[in-house]
Amino acid sequence: MDHGPFILASYSIAAVLLTWCALAPLFSGRHLKRTILNRLKQMENDNASNP
Amino acid sequence: MNKFMLFIHKTGSPPWFYQFSGRLLPWVWAIFGALAIWGLYLGLFKSSPDYVQGESVRIMYIHVPSAYMSMMIYALMAAMGFIGLVWPVRITEIMMISSAPIGATFTALALATGSLWGRPTWGTYWVWDARLTSELVLLFLYLGVIGLYAAYDEPRKAARAAALLALVGVVNLPIIHFSVKWWNTLHQPPSLTAGGSAIDPSMLWPLLIMVVAWKFYYIATLLTRTRVRLIEQDQRKR
Repeated sequence: MDHGPFILASYSIAAVLLTWCALAPLFSGRHLKRTILNRLKQMENDNASNP
Repeated sequence: MNKFMLFIHKTGSPPWFYQFSGRLLPWVWAIFGALAIWGLYLGLFKSSPDYVQGESVRIMYIHVPSAYMSMMIYALMAAMGFIGLVWPVRITEIMMISSAPIGATFTALALATGSLWGRPTWGTYWVWDARLTSELVLLFLYLGVIGLYAAYDEPRKAARAAALLALVGVVNLPIIHFSVKWWNTLHQPPSLTAGGSAIDPSMLWPLLIMVVAWKFYYIATLLTRTRVRLIEQDQRKR
């Protein structure tokens, strides 16, 4: 039996899972920062229009 | 108060933790990268194939460290849950729930790579033996902790419920560890023990390097997730 496909599959699954696990919080962090910045801009606009 | 105790107290402060972890993260990622490259190079190119298993033994350099981490992270998660229950330290609660997806990832990885290793070695992808079944139960426990935390709106209540589940599930860890000794299992006995190892050094060194690399990966992803969750919780309060 050729063991190559099993080894390749194992390392591929490891690469995919560990990359996802590392990147997922970075993406949600970026989304969060964008939400906060948008909210701050909204507050500034509100303050500017209602001094 | 000595410097160490002062440091421990400081880490309980979210702003201080956020700044400290931000400075630490690049170094932790760099150490993980260096160890992972070194370990994989030794394991894939420098170590010999096993005289019985052949090349499939190279799956060991992913499988064994992942299985080890799956149990270590659960133990740490339960310890953090206990600390959060006794002394309600917010950072500890956040780190506890941030550890859960990382531990679940390592458990899933251990199960998947073990299954792929089992096919050429044992002739089957899965058997309901003690080691494999208890590791699968560990994955369900991780998913249960994540799901239970998500079911609550209030973070402190969520953390308390998740911590209780994590603590109850700790009983599974010695079952996983001793399963190969207590029962007749297809899974082999432990490769690494406190008394030493019978593995050839050309295989042992990459295995140990990968175990340490995975530990740095856990620290890096834990710090990243904790930082994001801190901001998320503070943003919800406003």
